[in-house]
Amino acid sequence: MNGPNRQSEVSIDVVIPNQTRYLDLVGEIGERVCSEIKDYSGDRVALGYNLNLAITEAISNAIKYASGPGSDKIIKVSIRVFEHELSVTVRDKGQGFDLESLPLPDLDNPTGAGLGLFLIRNIMDQVDYRRAPSGNVLEMRKGLR
Amino acid sequence: MNTDLEEIVNFSVLRVNEKRIDAHNSPALKDQILELIESGNKRIVVDMSAVRFVDSSGLGVLLSGYRNAASCQGELVLSGLQPQVKSMFELTRLHRVFKIYPSIDEVTGQH
Repeated sequence: MNGPNRQSEVSIDVVIPNQTRYLDLVGEIGERVCSEIKDYSGDRVALGYNLNLAITEAISNAIKYASGPGSDKIIKVSIRVFEHELSVTVRDKGQGFDLESLPLPDLDNPTGAGLGLFLIRNIMDQVDYRRAPSGNVLEMRKGLR
Repeated sequence: MNTDLEEIVNFSVLRVNEKRIDAHNSPALKDQILELIESGNKRIVVDMSAVRFVDSSGLGVLLSGYRNAASCQGELVLSGLQPQVKSMFELTRLHRVFKIYPSIDEVTGQH
């Protein structure tokens, strides 16, 4: 079952101020969640690190693009564990960004720019970003095989 | 950003005593590296033995330090990368930019 109403095994919702001091806290929650996943045969340490990283990068991006009218200075992070998939959703009300227009990093002549989304796209299986009047939503999914 | 600075042989060794380098503390690390370079230190080792997590901002700060050192005819190298941290350098191909040593002793020739 892949619909939006499917039942998750673990469901964690965190609301934080849009401040970088909370990156560690929420990233660690994601990493701990990975250590608790039942019946995962892959590299659990790498999975935990990667989820920590994806959450850290996603919140950092939300903070980076937080300014502007309507920003309510909070970020909502939802972590869901399903039978065969992990899902992390990061919601904010900042000005947002255009996911497709952000430049890819030039790995042959690296400057550091664009590395955050590059990492997210590399470690997660699916990345979707929506801007809506109600706020911006970055949804990241990772299959559990 | 909790660090220690030590002179070993001809190297300025900056030990990062943090488990994470992320967008929260990487600006402070950037300042510390820049200060070292501007103080005339030409051979800088950033020891990451205690660091178990680095994000894109941390990678960017180290890259910036590497470039700044090079522009002053100096060199910035890395030591003590934990496996998951090293994998970040490989994923972003930055392992081809930096000289990366297993430990400080390997850099300074004290082993």
